[in-house]
Amino acid sequence: MSNHLNKLTEKKYSEMTNRYSKKSGLIKDCFFAFVFGGLICIIAQLFHDIIISSTAQKIFGTLTEENAKALTVMFMVFVGVLLTAFNVYDEIGNIAGAGTIVPITGFANSITSPAMEYKSEGFILGVGAQMFQVAGPVIVYGTAASVIAGFIYYLIK
Amino acid sequence: MTVDIFLKYLGVFAVGGILCTIAQILLDKTKLTSARILVLYVVSGVVLTAVGIYDYVVKIGSFGATIPLLGFGYSLCKGVFKAVDEFGFRGIFTGGLADVASGIVTAILLALIASLISKPKSKKQ
Repeated sequence: MSNHLNKLTEKKYSEMTNRYSKKSGLIKDCFFAFVFGGLICIIAQLFHDIIISSTAQKIFGTLTEENAKALTVMFMVFVGVLLTAFNVYDEIGNIAGAGTIVPITGFANSITSPAMEYKSEGFILGVGAQMFQVAGPVIVYGTAASVIAGFIYYLIK
Repeated sequence: MTVDIFLKYLGVFAVGGILCTIAQILLDKTKLTSARILVLYVVSGVVLTAVGIYDYVVKIGSFGATIPLLGFGYSLCKGVFKAVDEFGFRGIFTGGLADVASGIVTAILLALIASLISKPKSKKQ
């Protein structure tokens, strides 16, 4: 019950902040989205360049480019989950807006955040089901689009 | 050499920044929720990759193009094309998710662990 009330106020709170941030201007929102979004991508690029550097290859063995890319995505997901678990990601998101929603770290955040929030409703219909609130539609429509693209490619190849 | 590295990182920053800025404009100026924007981004990523445009964006932006969710669509599309080349008809169904599986599985697993060990703080009232 109290959880329910919390959610309501949370919703109202985010609506309020949204309204105020709208007032504070599109230019400012876009500036922060640009800077934070750009920085997150820089971090990924940096991580990738470090793990494929010759020094890292000497220590950890050679990595194929494909593996290095997959590892980078996994690392960014890890960062997103970690910052979400410590309630830092939402704080950054209040400033960065879409700069923290659109990168893969935001995807990780969209899975982790409801997983933690709905723990009180159990692990099956709470954590297990609710973690796909946003990731679910993304995966469903992304997969559907890829099947259509693949089918057309198969026909015209 | 250093100029090359600088230009590469400038490309990453600019492309990543621009893709996030477009989403921010959609958030502020339309009634689209963030979930709808993410779906729009993934599907756009698949379409732009299928018609060959996104390859150029990746060439300029590198991780600036693949870390935003458009890159998720890019991987889905690249994966499905590769699998169709390799397995034919079956590839249509196996290729997409295979290429993004590492990211999704990592997110699911870590989110599950996070929900096990941490208590969500209720935000400011």
